[in-house]
Amino acid sequence: MEEMIRAENLVYEYGPVGDGRHAALRGISLAIRPGEFVAIIGHNGSGKSTLAKHFNALLVPTSGTVKVKGMKTSDPRNLWKIRQTVGMVFQNPDNQIVATTVEEDVAFGPENLGVPPAEIRRRVREALECVDMVEYVRHAPHLLSGGQKQRVAIAGVVAMRPECIVLDEPTAMLDPSGRREVMRTITRLNREEGITVVLITHFMNEAVQADRVIVMEAGRIVLDGSPRKVFGQVETLRALHLDVPQVTELAYELNREGAELPPDILTVEEFADAIVGVSDRGVSDRSRKTEERRARTADACGTTGRGRDRSGQADCHGRAAAASCGGG
Amino acid sequence: MPIRVENLCYTYNPGTPFARTALEDINLEINDGEFVGIIGETGSGKSTLIQHFNGLLRPTRGRVLVDGVDIWQKDVRLKDIRQKVGLVFQYPEHQLFEETVFADVAFGPRNMGLDEDEIGMRVRRALEMVGLDFEAVKARSPFELSGGEMRRVAIAGVLAMEPSVLVLDEPVSGLDPRGRDELLQELTRLHEKFEYTVVLVSHSMEDVARLAKRLVVMHRGRVVADGPVRDVFRMMDLLRETGLGVPQVTELMLELARRGKDVRTDVLTVEEAKVELLRLLRSEGRVR
Repeated sequence: MEEMIRAENLVYEYGPVGDGRHAALRGISLAIRPGEFVAIIGHNGSGKSTLAKHFNALLVPTSGTVKVKGMKTSDPRNLWKIRQTVGMVFQNPDNQIVATTVEEDVAFGPENLGVPPAEIRRRVREALECVDMVEYVRHAPHLLSGGQKQRVAIAGVVAMRPECIVLDEPTAMLDPSGRREVMRTITRLNREEGITVVLITHFMNEAVQADRVIVMEAGRIVLDGSPRKVFGQVETLRALHLDVPQVTELAYELNREGAELPPDILTVEEFADAIVGVSDRGVSDRSRKTEERRARTADACGTTGRGRDRSGQADCHGRAAAASCGGG
Repeated sequence: MPIRVENLCYTYNPGTPFARTALEDINLEINDGEFVGIIGETGSGKSTLIQHFNGLLRPTRGRVLVDGVDIWQKDVRLKDIRQKVGLVFQYPEHQLFEETVFADVAFGPRNMGLDEDEIGMRVRRALEMVGLDFEAVKARSPFELSGGEMRRVAIAGVLAMEPSVLVLDEPVSGLDPRGRDELLQELTRLHEKFEYTVVLVSHSMEDVARLAKRLVVMHRGRVVADGPVRDVFRMMDLLRETGLGVPQVTELMLELARRGKDVRTDVLTVEEAKVELLRLLRSEGRVR
């Protein structure tokens, strides 16, 4: 399977050449597959946002390479195609509003791609359906709640038909219900639309919902694996001043006192199962959930076929837009 | 008692088609030395309420008393009230503007007409209170500090006016876990060591559970619960209805109780849950 994003020995430095030079990324190698839902965590200054900005060529490596579907981000000729493949959503919803109505705001991206008006209308509608904001089509975006604004920003990216969306702390400025709305939208885009998702977050309960969690520290990847595997490393995460879900921490603490609970508990349900004694029903419940999850993941991978179709479409529009730009 | 709110109602844009009632009949007392958490969804009225505490908003109906004085009486100078009740807004670092940290923190005291010696002393004390090294930061530009440091400088700017009540609106939002923990520790220290009365507006149940002793829950412009944190968190159904949750460990204990285990359900932190579950596991012979 073709990789969505691949970074090899990625180093990024900034500041004046010489002693003032600061390395934000110190040799990152990773591959993200189509349909994956990857969460990146790490405290401020660990390099996670810098890494994310390499995924759609907002930054290019000082050394090493980043490829998006095989396209090198350091080659300016790939820029257009890369930005269409990977869309970005940022932290502050207010900084991402460009128009006076939701409809125009979502249409901004496809308009710039040179998509014909009828097609834009269709895409805006679909995108707003994806984020469950259709009824707000005529509303003024600056009067929406934070969660709604952020969903409009996501719709704006979705309307450009990307295969991958990178979200840089999209919920950091939202309240709990806004956060839930945005997370629901993100998981839906991943599971139902097959869009590859890279989510940068400080919130562990969000990272737990991903297929894979990457932990960064001082410009390097220190942990990379399933949420269970990563959050099981309570000691390491604590040393990095990162949060662990409360129940995971609790299980860890109890196990240190001699309890024998599974070390990879992530939810209240699982913890309760472990304490009440794993009855037969408990076991089957749990394995059923695991099965369901596997099926969903497989599903998501399966739908990448659709993703490719779309990239075909985007391709045409991309060229049309490029041509019209050249003509203008 | 520093702050008392009586039958407070507030309507935005009254008498226009955009009129919206944000607060309805609020009665509340914040007592000396308390650490009160105010929680509620966005739009529940928390921020509108705290802007009444120091007279930034004028009640449509009802009264606000600070130290027993109705702050909207004719002869009351709101400037004095704002010195007594220090309000730290959301993202306070957006309000930093001076060239040096010293000048920024000194802005409030200087406007109070204090002399330079007193100003210097207050700035030093305020910066130390928020855990910053006065000598190291005083001459630096606030804009070259980290996000967490900038926020502390902004809070120091309020502390330098030496208020008796400190009201903070979402002070840790947008900070990473380390920045959050450090700032919350400073708040606890301010409360315990310097005996500040603290009102903390937050939507993090975990943070409120760790810090506040009393919790006020707001929903659609009303106070729907007010009491000791433990008692309020036991009302999980109510909290869910208002779009809020309880800390994950509290939820766990409620779930265990639901499944027939004899456990306390008023647990707030991982530490407390650990003690309670060890007791349970020992009684079942699963831990020695």
